[in-house]
Amino acid sequence: MNTKKDQKMNRREFFLNGARALGLTALGGLVWSAYVDEVTASSLLLRPPGALDEKEFLKSCIKCGMCVEACPYDTLKLAKPGDNKPLGTPYFVPRDIPCYMCPDIPCVPVCPTDALDEKKVTKNNKLDIKEASMGVAVIDQSSCIAFWGIQCDACYRACPLLGEAITIEYTKNERTGKHAFLKPVVHTDVCTGCGLCEKACVTKKAAIFVLPKEVALGKAGDYYIKGWDKKDEQRLQKATNKINKTKISERKAVDSLNDLGGILDE
Amino acid sequence: MNNLIFKHRFLIARRITQVTIMFLYFAANAWGFNFLMGNLSSSKILNTIPLSDPYAVLQMLAAGAVLSADVLGGVFIIILFYMFFGGRAFCSYVCPVNMITDLSNYIRRKFGFNKIQKRQPASRNIRYYVLALSLIISFIMGYAAFEFISPVAMIQRGIIFGLGFGWAAILIIFLFDLFVLKNGWCGHICPIGGFYSLIGRFSFIRVHHNHENCTACMKCKEVCPESQVLFMITKDSLPVTSGECTNCGRCVEVCDDEALNFSIKNYKRK
Repeated sequence: MNTKKDQKMNRREFFLNGARALGLTALGGLVWSAYVDEVTASSLLLRPPGALDEKEFLKSCIKCGMCVEACPYDTLKLAKPGDNKPLGTPYFVPRDIPCYMCPDIPCVPVCPTDALDEKKVTKNNKLDIKEASMGVAVIDQSSCIAFWGIQCDACYRACPLLGEAITIEYTKNERTGKHAFLKPVVHTDVCTGCGLCEKACVTKKAAIFVLPKEVALGKAGDYYIKGWDKKDEQRLQKATNKINKTKISERKAVDSLNDLGGILDE
Repeated sequence: MNNLIFKHRFLIARRITQVTIMFLYFAANAWGFNFLMGNLSSSKILNTIPLSDPYAVLQMLAAGAVLSADVLGGVFIIILFYMFFGGRAFCSYVCPVNMITDLSNYIRRKFGFNKIQKRQPASRNIRYYVLALSLIISFIMGYAAFEFISPVAMIQRGIIFGLGFGWAAILIIFLFDLFVLKNGWCGHICPIGGFYSLIGRFSFIRVHHNHENCTACMKCKEVCPESQVLFMITKDSLPVTSGECTNCGRCVEVCDDEALNFSIKNYKRK
């Protein structure tokens, strides 16, 4: 009788303990995964050259810091607790120390997990830092003094791809009638996002600054074609947008333009 | 004096290896002395031999990362090493958190906190649950989950690359072990230790207990951070087979009766 009762209690205890453990695990798992989601969501980080796309990068970076050690300029840092960045992953802040674009890219080959992928910075079987795509420089025209008409070409001069990634556009200053604007223009397809321009910028807070490409750049989609650029039409071959047929699009574009019927009828 | 050193020979050896390893990592980062590059997550000896934390890599695998041969080679070396020689030697000879928790434990003993609370309210199996949970979360989230919260990683990286708020992690572990749970972090929660426990059950070098010499003074049990593995004390002449033993050798040192010693594990069944 007694043993039977004990068994019953044991079973009860077993289920109770199991439920307790399950509850604790679920709670812990929820908090934990929410935290991981939060810390990995930061999208304004600049990664070393050759870094995989952010999601893949976070997946494969083992946080060993060997890229940090390899960098001769102390550009790269590992995110510390309190930095509010994915813990232990490498990043750099151009206004402090930009990437000096070493031709041999010491930070990339040391990566044991290929989170910094040599393939991404290789051209014609040679490491080429110009292939790096760490970010892209963006100019705030309202605070850039060159756009005010004050002569400044600090970013242009600092750019390691001088005349390629940043060019100077001359325009007339209509207000004075006898001065010129020397406006910097960033060419987003060439810019590697090294941040030397941001470092060199003379304004109090840099008027040219590097953002991750996926943050800074728009995307036109493959339904817009530069009609004057014959090569541009080749983009259509890889078009991913589906054709969306509506009643209007059944007719040819020219017909639609010439047909005034719709307007006149009403 | 000689006796004092002899009575702490493994402790001294552990502190020397712990500090040396951290110093070598630090030197590689600070002065480019590249004997040992990287950190405890992944490193390279003399720029050639790779080493990688198998538990971190396991999480990355669960998260769906594609791994390079370099990393897998490093994992292989580490697993083989601890499987054969170390057990949880990583915890007692390498991990810098060990110094923090040992300090907590030392203060606990000196101030008699252990006497207040004999029975510990938490299971030592929590670490295996945390281990399993970390892999599940890694799988679901697609990121190595424990690596983003690991205080061990924070602290060792902090020593090598700069601490930031890492001191908070040190303080939390110290206070938790001191006031909340005896051997709380290393003995109950840390899944890295849990992982090495699983590997460690195979290791050759083990503590052996000689029942005949034992005078039941219980000094070994008092000092052992995983006292459950010494269940045979006063009862039986057995080796410690549990993987949870960290091979720290404190029990061997404190034993005045030669009842405990390191030996090679005998794989033959009796």
